[in-house]
Formats: sequence, C-alpha cells, structure tokens
Amino acid sequence: MSAIQNERELQDNSYAVEFRGVTKKFGSVVANDDVTFGVRKGTIHGIIGENGAGKSTLMSILFGLYHPEQGEILLSGALSKIKTPSTAIRAGIGMVHQHFMLVERMTALQNVVLGTEEGYWLKGGTGNVASKVKEIQNRYGLHFPLDAVTRDLPVGVQQRIEILKALYRGADVLILDEPTGVLTPGEVQDLFRVFQDLRAQGKTVILITHKLQEILSITDSVTVLRQGKSVGTYATAETDRMMLATLMVGRRPNAPPQAREPRRSDIRVEVSNLGVKDNLSIQRVFDLSFQIHAGEVLGVAGVAGNGQSELLSALAGLSPPSTGKIRLGNVEILPDHPTQPETIRKNGVGHVPEDRHRLGMMKRWTAAENSILGLHRSDRIEGVGKRIKPSKVGNWCRDLMTKHDVRPANPDLRFGLFSGGNQQKLVIGREIALSPDVLLIGQPTRGVDIGAIENIHAALLAERDRGKSVLLVSVELEEVLALSDRILVMFEGRSMGIVDRADADEKLLGLMMAGLPLADALNEKKVTVQ
Amino acid sequence: MRNHASGTIAAIVATLINIAAAFLIGALLIVAVGENPLKAFGVVWTGAFGSLKGFSFTLYYATNFIFTGLAVAVAAHAREYNIGGEGQANVSGLGVFLVGAMLPFLPWPVAIVLGIVAGMTFGAAWAFVPAYMSARRGSNLVVTTIMFNFLASLLMIYLIVNFLRPTTSMIPASGALADNLSLPRMDRFLLTLGINIHENPLNITFLVALLVCVAVTFLIWHTRWGYELRAVGENRDAAAYAGVHVPRVVIQAICLSGALAGMVGLNEVFGVQHRLILDFALGYGFTGVAVALIGNNHPLGIIPAAILFGALYQGGASMAFMFPKISREVVVVLQGLVILFAGGFVAVLRPYLTEQFDHFFTRKVA
Amino acid sequence: MDYLTIVFVTASALRLAVPLIFAAMGGLYAEKSGVIDIGLEGKMLFGAFAAGACATAFGSSAAGLAGAIAAGILLALAQAFASIHLRGNQLVIGIAINIIASGLTAFLGIAWYQRGGQTPQLDTHERFLPIILPGADAISNVPIIGPLYAQIISGQTVFVYGAFLLAIITWLVIYRTRFGLRLQACGDKPEAVETAGVSVFVTRYIAFTINGALCGIGGAYFALVQGGAFYKDMTAGQGYMALAAVIFGNWRPGRVLAACLLFAFADAAQGRMQGAMIGDFAIPTQLIQALPYVLTLLLLAGIVGRAEGPLEAGRPYIKGER
Repeated sequence: MSAIQNERELQDNSYAVEFRGVTKKFGSVVANDDVTFGVRKGTIHGIIGENGAGKSTLMSILFGLYHPEQGEILLSGALSKIKTPSTAIRAGIGMVHQHFMLVERMTALQNVVLGTEEGYWLKGGTGNVASKVKEIQNRYGLHFPLDAVTRDLPVGVQQRIEILKALYRGADVLILDEPTGVLTPGEVQDLFRVFQDLRAQGKTVILITHKLQEILSITDSVTVLRQGKSVGTYATAETDRMMLATLMVGRRPNAPPQAREPRRSDIRVEVSNLGVKDNLSIQRVFDLSFQIHAGEVLGVAGVAGNGQSELLSALAGLSPPSTGKIRLGNVEILPDHPTQPETIRKNGVGHVPEDRHRLGMMKRWTAAENSILGLHRSDRIEGVGKRIKPSKVGNWCRDLMTKHDVRPANPDLRFGLFSGGNQQKLVIGREIALSPDVLLIGQPTRGVDIGAIENIHAALLAERDRGKSVLLVSVELEEVLALSDRILVMFEGRSMGIVDRADADEKLLGLMMAGLPLADALNEKKVTVQ
Repeated sequence: MRNHASGTIAAIVATLINIAAAFLIGALLIVAVGENPLKAFGVVWTGAFGSLKGFSFTLYYATNFIFTGLAVAVAAHAREYNIGGEGQANVSGLGVFLVGAMLPFLPWPVAIVLGIVAGMTFGAAWAFVPAYMSARRGSNLVVTTIMFNFLASLLMIYLIVNFLRPTTSMIPASGALADNLSLPRMDRFLLTLGINIHENPLNITFLVALLVCVAVTFLIWHTRWGYELRAVGENRDAAAYAGVHVPRVVIQAICLSGALAGMVGLNEVFGVQHRLILDFALGYGFTGVAVALIGNNHPLGIIPAAILFGALYQGGASMAFMFPKISREVVVVLQGLVILFAGGFVAVLRPYLTEQFDHFFTRKVA
Repeated sequence: MDYLTIVFVTASALRLAVPLIFAAMGGLYAEKSGVIDIGLEGKMLFGAFAAGACATAFGSSAAGLAGAIAAGILLALAQAFASIHLRGNQLVIGIAINIIASGLTAFLGIAWYQRGGQTPQLDTHERFLPIILPGADAISNVPIIGPLYAQIISGQTVFVYGAFLLAIITWLVIYRTRFGLRLQACGDKPEAVETAGVSVFVTRYIAFTINGALCGIGGAYFALVQGGAFYKDMTAGQGYMALAAVIFGNWRPGRVLAACLLFAFADAAQGRMQGAMIGDFAIPTQLIQALPYVLTLLLLAGIVGRAEGPLEAGRPYIKGER
C-alpha cells in the first residue's frame, strides 16, 4: 500500500460519521429531507433543531431503528448498511435514548451486560464481567452501585448506566438524545464533564438538543436541522445564540411582548403548603404555597421533571394532594377530601394539559367528539346532556373552529389528522369556551408549529385581560417570560421563590432553576455581575 | 368525512376477507377427510335457510349469540374483554328459573318482564367481582372471567344436584316449570295461521334481542354514558382528565355486559327448556367473542354475525347428519379461525386497508 | 385421614400435577417473554390428540410423545406469529387457539377413527408405564418409609420425574443464563432488549417453541399415561388451571411448581373428601374443586400477596417504536 493512498484514507477517515442525502418519510410526512453533513472524530458535535425538526429520527436511522428511503451513511469513510441496532452496535455506535432503555426491575449490572453477556451461563445472574465494567467506570468516572436495582436510582445515575452500557459495547460514537431534559443543572455539569473525558479518550459524542445554551457551552461543532433539512454545519466558536436561533426557526424570533402593569384584585387560586405524591407514592411536590389573582398569569418555570407536572395534576384534580390545601374559586381540595376533575370543571376551571396526546384528546375520534371532551357533562351546550345529539355537537365544534382559526374547519375529520397547532387551538378553545374563572395550562406550545404559537399566546393574554386567573407551566423560559405577570420557579418539587416579571431575567431564573432560592440567586447574580 | 367512510369500508372488507379465509380452511379440512366441501356447505346452507323450520332454528341460536355478542361488544367499547358470558348466562338461568319456580301463577307477559329483570340482575351480579377487580385492582378480565366460568359451573352443579333436581331424576336438571310461564313460540303462532313447521324453539325472545340491539346502539352513540364509555375505551388518562369516573364506568360496562349475557337465561329457561339444565350456555360466551369481533362491536354488525353463527350451528347439524365423516365440530373450528383471524389480523390488515381506501378516495377527489 | 391415605393422595396428586407442571412451565416462558398465553389448554389438547394418533399410527409411545411435541410447537408458532408478527390481541388469539384445538381434535378424531372423537385404545408398549424402583416391593411393608418409597418415590412414570427436573431447569434457565436475562427483559422492557442488539422477536419465538413443546408433553401425558387413548376434550380445563398456577405462582418457577402441586393435591383430595363434614355441614366437593380458582382470584385481587407479572405482557412490540 502506497503512502499516498494511506494519506487519502486518513483524510476520509477524519469523519466518524457522514450522512449523505438521507431522506426518511413516515407516510406523507417527510421527517428527514436530503440530510447531508459529517461528524469529525474525537469531537463533541451538536445537532440542534426545534421539536419535530427530525433530530431523533436521524439518530434512530444511524442506530438502525429506522431505514431511510434514500441516501447513505458512511462510518469512518466506509459505506455502511445499518439494518438493526445490533449492526450499529457492532459498528461502534452507542445511543442513549431520551427515554432510558433500562429494565427497571433489574440491577444496574444486569442492564449493562444485557445482550453482551459473554457466555451462556451467568455467574450470580450477571455474567463474568463485573471487573470489566468497573474498569470502564473508573476510566470515565461513571460511578454507580452495580448491584442496585435500577428503579431505585435517580435519573442522573440511570443515565450514567446508559452511557456505560454503550461504552461497554465498544461504542466509539456516542449519541445522546436530549440528555439534559430530566437533569438538574448540577447533573448537567457532571454529564458535560463526562463528555469532555470521552473526547479526551478519542470518542466522538453527538449531542441532540433543542437548547441553544448547551450547544454553545459544550460542543465543538454544530449542525442545525429545520423541518427535516440540514440547514448547515458550523464550528461552534463561529456561531452565537442569535445566529443559531435564526437558523433553527428560519426567521428572527419575535421580541417578547412587553410586560404590563398587573391588574390585581381578588385572589382566585390559593395553594398552601401543598405536597403531592406521584402514582408510585414518591413525593414530587413539597410544601408549595402561592396565590393567583384575577386577571393575572402566574408562570411556573423549572427544568422538566421538577414537580410541575404533579402540581398541575393536583390542581386539576387528577391526583390528590398528600398535604396542604388547594382552593380554586369555590372548590377546596384537601388530602382527606380529594376532589374529582368533574367537580373542579363544574366550578369554573379549564385545563389545557401538558401532554395533549395523552390527556387532552382522543386521536381516533372526530374533531366534533373531541370538542366536548370534558364539557360533555355541561348543560350549557346545545345537544349535550344525558342525551348527546351528534349533529348539534358538530355545530358547536364548527363554531369553535371558526372562532379559533382551526384548519381544516371540518368537525367530522379524525382529530389525529390535524396538525399539532390546530389540535392545540381546538383544545384551548374548548377549555375556555365555557369561560372558566381559572385556566390551568401546561406547555401551551409544545409540538406546535410556529405559526400557531402567536395565536395561542394571544389567546392566553386575552383570557388574562378578561379577568381570568391563569397558571402557566412551561419549560420554555422565553415563553414564561413573555406571558407571565409573576414567575414561580420550581426545583426538586420546591418553590425557589416567586419573582415579579419586571424583576426577572433569564440569568436570575436560571440560577433559581438550578436550585438557588431567590435571595441567594439575587446575591449570586450580583457577585457575577460585579 | 372520507376518513370515516374508509374506516368503515376497511372494517367490512377486512371482516369479509377474514370469513372467507376461515371458510377456505374449513373447506380444506373437509377435503382432507375425503368429502366435497361445496356439497357440505350446500347442506349447511339448506339446513340453515332452506326451510322455515331450519331458519327458525337458525334464528333461535342467533338470539343467544346476539345477547352474548352484545355483551362482549359493550365491554369491548371500554377496551375490556369479557369472555365470561358463558358463566354469566349459566348463573342468569338460575335467576330466571327462581322467578318461575316462586311465582308459577304468572302469565307470560309478566313473567317475561320479571325474567328479564332476574336474568340481567344475576348476569350482572356474576360479572361484578371480575368487574371490580379489573377496575380497582387492574386484574386481567380475561383471566378472571375464565375463572368465574369454572366457578359458575361448579356452583350450578352444586345447586342443581343438591337442591333443584327432582329426587327421582338422575339428569342434572331441575324439574319443569309451570306451562303458563312459557313464552310465545313461533311454531305455535304460525300454526294459528295454518302453517305447520313442527316443534321449534324460536320464541319471542328473538324480538326482545332486536329491541335490545336498538337500545344498545342508542346507549353507546347517543347518550352521555355511551360517550364516557367510549372515552374510557379510547384513552383512560384522557377520560379521567375529562372528568369521567373511569373505574365506575368500567364496572358499569362489565356489569351491563354480564346483564346482556344474562338474557340468554330468559331465552333458554322461559323460552325453550322450561327448566334449568346444567351448563345450558356451554360455549356461548366464546361464540359471543367471535360474533362481536365479526360484527365490529356494533349491533348492526352483530345481528348478521349472530345469524351467521346461528346458521353454522343449525346447518352444521344437518351436515353432520348427512356426512358421517364430517362432524359438527367443524363449526367450532370455523369459529376459532374467525376469532384467530379477527384478533390476529386486525392490527395489520385494517390500518392497511384504511390507508388504501384513503388513497382511493383522495385520488377520486383530486 | 390416616397415614396410608395421605400417602395415596400424595401419590395421586403427583400424577395429577404432571400436566399442570409442564403446561405451567411452558406458560411461564411465554409470559416472561411478554406475551400473555391463554392458549395452554388448546396446545395441551392438540398435543394429547397428536400423541394418541401418532402412538396408534406408529405403534410406539416415543412416536406419540414426538408427535405431541411437534403438534404443540406447531400450534404455539401459529399463536406466536399472530401475536408477535401480526401484533394481534394476545388474549383473543389465545382464546382462538383453544377453540380451534377443541374443534379440530374432535373433528379429526371423529373423521379418522369414527369412535365419537376417541382414538383407539393404546397397547402397553404404546404407553408410558410406571417405573418400579429397585426394592420397592421388598420394603413396602416397612412402616412409614415403606409406603412412602413404594407409592410416592417409586411407581411413577418418567413424566413425574421429568416434571420436577423441568422445574429445576426452568429456574436455572430463567435466573442463571443469558437467555433467561433476555427473556425477562423482553417481558419488562422490550425496547431495552432491541437497543441492546438482541431481537425481541427471536427471543419470543424461542420462548414459544419451548412453550409449545412443553404443552405438547403435558398433553401427551393425558393420552399416553392417564387415558390410554385420546378422548374428546380430555384436558378438561387443566390448561386454564395451569394458567392459574402461573399467576398464583407469581411468575416464579419455584412458586409455580408449588402452586401446581397445591392444585393437584386439592384435586386428589376431593375424591377422599366426599361426605366429609364440618359440624352438620357436608363440605361440597365443588368447594374443593373451586379452591384453585378462588386462590388465584384472591391473589389477583391483591388479598393474598401482590401479582408481579411481566410489565409489558399483553402489549404487542412494534420495532422502532419507542
């Protein structure tokens, strides 16, 4: 073999992974459209894009879970056919999924060795590999107890098991799909340190995220995806926040609307010393107290999984509080006196759930049937009562669709066929249709196309101006800042304090979301500013 | 609009494919034992529909299958599989019998009303424990209702053998009920018109079954309870979010399911046997599963599906009589195949067909 | 009950437990892999028929057993294909398997042998006979140990010893082999198995092959040992009883074995309990027959212990969907 040939190979090999014209369709939806870019060996490469931009699909293709219609993937310069996860694993690709692929009833070690047990018989149920696993643990600082049952470990640790699982299988390229969504800021820092260790050892890390901050703080290079297409690949040092945001969205994001003087009057919602447990009896919310006035939006900010969902769920009557008290208008919810969602709805509370597909709608029903979901016990809608008259319900739905610009305005269409934004517009329209005094709303623009976002924000502010009390839970800090009059920050189920919109900025909220109570966060902020 | 049309057409086409496939395998079995399947199925057809008498028998069987089919369908709308129809029907027979035994002087119009109430109550009661366990404890309803079928059988053996059997009799059945309790029968009605179709079990309960179909249709698609039932079946979390008391609706649905299966007791005890026989509903619960699957859980589909199985039961008997090598059990095989195909293909075939019809209609529109 | 009665009841219980143990262990593999198996009854019945037919046709007990295993596997693979590949409703498919087996065995039996669904009576060389261990006769008169050895330990067919061996092997496979680890993971979180590079489908098909073979053996026992021929619907609900044992045994091999033995003991004892009284109340035999079902229901209701079945059992796995 001549030296020249060697050198050319070396050049080709400088890409660990290269996508060439990869296209993937699901029915008529194009998830990836002619995606072309390369990931250099030994780097931390970010892939950023909005929800639904095709990031996860692309990585699932790389990991052999999906097969593209067109295009090819090169690994270290060589064309490769990745048909199944096992071929991907053999080719040195490891993936840490957004939802962990861990068997919760098994031990950490069993999870690590699953699929690569080395021999038919297992010693003590886990194979002959404990020493090998411990060595990897030490090399990358991925420490966790090997014999602990996985479900008893915190999420941050479970993620470490996932990373170790991939490394144990000989991964040279490690893909992490939205790894920070469930982590506290401290755990995020630990994770990033692991990334740096991996890079130092020559591994390639692909980080999928929709958070600009993460791209800027840890990656070497970044590829932006928008609506399934690769918009460009850049050295991270040459980019900035504004540039990436513009590339992701396709236009400059709107400046947040100006906060206005809050109109304060009577207190509608009063939560005192609230505690909530989840369905596994794990305490998720601790000693939470706040009030919401009429004509006010209280935003709840925090990293996903810090008790916001359980808070919403308790307020909506979906899970009983374990301690404390909730008062919503005339209804009281107490631990020994749990209140059904039906009663809460009757007393003037609307609820737009965080997870629309799981809670807020029936995918296979028509739009018309969905338009009375939760209102079907009301006697204020024509055609709804002990008897339900389908034609009257169709009229009701058509009115809602016109009022809230839901397209196509066809009540008989299966609701699952509508776009996320149009679904959400109908759900919000339905929840405010009977003019509730209190509106609970979670992640109002999750999975919603950009066009609908402004619509939805305008509708929320209109409710506020009509004197309603709105509780807004969102993991999008910009959204919370844009809509709220006051902002409550939650961390590990506790309140870090409530800030007036006028006094809040991303820096302060970021510190509070990381677990600093308001007073400390203010101090800390002063110190860093000086 | 087109989406509904596609879904319905796909369901019908899938069902027809399913029935055709089952019959094809049935035909192969008949070939395998050295008979001509066309001839054999011809005998089934004439046996079931070729004479007024045969057709009456077909409708008599169909009456029972409508009830057990509806029973499976109502629970299925809450995404619960009640295969305890057999046990619920057997126990309901006790309820109907007790009404007749304690009030022997009743004229039939009163007896039928009390019989319906008793049959439904006993059927619902026998379904209650599995219903409660499913709604509150998350126990698998299929497993619990299988257990309850066995328990029903054991309970009825105990009661019939020890208490209801006339001391002189060795047959596991009660003594006969008073004659005035017998429900009006089709053969006697036709005889008054001068038509003689011989002894025949078809009775007024068939008309009750049709009325029940109308009532169930109204209940599921035109009432608030039906809306909540379907919500529970579609997505339990979303139903709870919408203020539906999910466990309550699940329990109600399964008990209603048991009550519908309990109507079989009326047909058998007051309509046909005039006494309580051990295991008179043997196999009816499973046939109900097949009927509901073929009927797409809709009364409009359940009626023809029940008649199909009624015809197979009746015509199958004729066939077994004509061809010594073919036994009635071929009907059981067909029933099993239909359930297998309906249960096995639904996840793959129906969505595929729906998509195909979607394409077909869009192409036409565009 | 005196000592000898207890010995006889125990010996009889061991024999009655055999089909339960084979079917229940078979069911355990399927359920651990994440597929609910209502179809144990049908596969046993099919196996029993095949055993009777093959033993008659080839004139050998081994052929009967082989036929039963093949028949059980065949039906299990049909069930697996519909449940796994076609993602059908596992419960509905299991019910279908039972109905098909019930109809098909009777249909073929009547067509082939014209004896109302019964296969010809088997000769001794076409059946499995009890094995008399050395010295059983000699010590049978020794008090206590004699009857125990002669009736319980000796004088059983190879199936009885096989059933206990099977329980031990099943425990080893599930808890001490990589197949067992994958099997359990398939039942709890199939995505984790697939992303670890192991095929969920292959694992489940292997589980069903084992399942079919074991159900076939359980069925063969009816025809080749108990009945000496196949009779219409001869499994008489023992497959459902085995399913109950899987649940009552909380999906653990040791406890499932214990459940099978308990159920079989209840079955063996009920004949002896005829006319037994509590005070003035005659205990109905039906009450004892109901015991296995009642116990299983109590477990499912959470009144005795907590059911801890595989988490994903019943849900079809779709590749790539997370």
